[in-house]
Amino acid sequence: MATSVAHTSAPTHHHYTTLGLDSRKVAIWAFIGSECMLFVSLISTYLIYKGRSVIGPFPHESWTDPSTGQVLKPILNIPVTSASTFVLLMSSLFMVLALAAVQNKELPKRTRGERILGNSKLWLFMTALAGTIFLSFQAFEFTSFVHEGLSIRRNLFGSTFFTLTGFHGAHVTAGVLWLVTLLAIDYRRGLGSRDSLLVDICALYWHFVDVVWIVIFTLVYLLR
Amino acid sequence: MNVPDSAEAALHAPTGEVEHSHPTWSIYWKVATILTIITVAEVWAYYIPSFVASRGFVPTLLILSALKFTIVVMFYMHLKYDHRIFRVLFTGPLLIAALTLLALMFLFGHLYIKVM
Repeated sequence: MATSVAHTSAPTHHHYTTLGLDSRKVAIWAFIGSECMLFVSLISTYLIYKGRSVIGPFPHESWTDPSTGQVLKPILNIPVTSASTFVLLMSSLFMVLALAAVQNKELPKRTRGERILGNSKLWLFMTALAGTIFLSFQAFEFTSFVHEGLSIRRNLFGSTFFTLTGFHGAHVTAGVLWLVTLLAIDYRRGLGSRDSLLVDICALYWHFVDVVWIVIFTLVYLLR
Repeated sequence: MNVPDSAEAALHAPTGEVEHSHPTWSIYWKVATILTIITVAEVWAYYIPSFVASRGFVPTLLILSALKFTIVVMFYMHLKYDHRIFRVLFTGPLLIAALTLLALMFLFGHLYIKVM
């Protein structure tokens, strides 16, 4: 019983490295570094097999199916993906505003603008919403691709494209769940400047997901 | 002791090198505007057939993408303001990953070096 009480009533103890840095922040940067390796391996695979599909549909060119005579148009929908890219970029803005709001929680808010900028719940919600909209765009894209004849087993483009963007989508999903958890904590007990590291770590992960998409958008969607 | 993370970090920092102050709200808005403008420029370039056919298309898009990547990492991820150990933790694996990518591109014949 005594042990149990000691466990539950012990204050939260943060571990610091010899450099005076919180080990959790060092850990998230190390994790992001390892994630770089993962995504570069997926991007490399995509680029290696780019243009080597024997049958269509292709990303940027039309293709006529020789067995049916059906003409398949270029599969990538640049306007839709540009919109989803913009949404993800804006989510990064919302995320830094959420972090700034938590860091400056104790500062007095005199004007209406300051109160809006200092509302961490609003910005966390907006970030999670933008992430969800991005995932909706991706679900729409995947569904339309399958309807147009491109599946993960159809050709090399389908295999590498769905693997790369699917992994990225899974990371966005994890990020949205993380954000919703922070939002729930904020509603339950309120996030203050003492909790800024919790939000900072989530923000770093979220921005990393954003920069990965910046690379994917250029290499997969825009370069022919 | 119940102190903010940054304060406790300062207590433990042997060299006094702790996190610097982060950018202001106005800088975040400006960064978002720049990112949007670059994205619009990228998509615009995609719809200009003569530019797509030119030799400058691929390098331009790669440079614009690298610029966006750097801006987000520097300002939104605060790498410009944070401790340099974080820069090492990020750029080290990124460099290895980039070199691996280039090596694979050479290996599988997507990039060439003219010997003669």
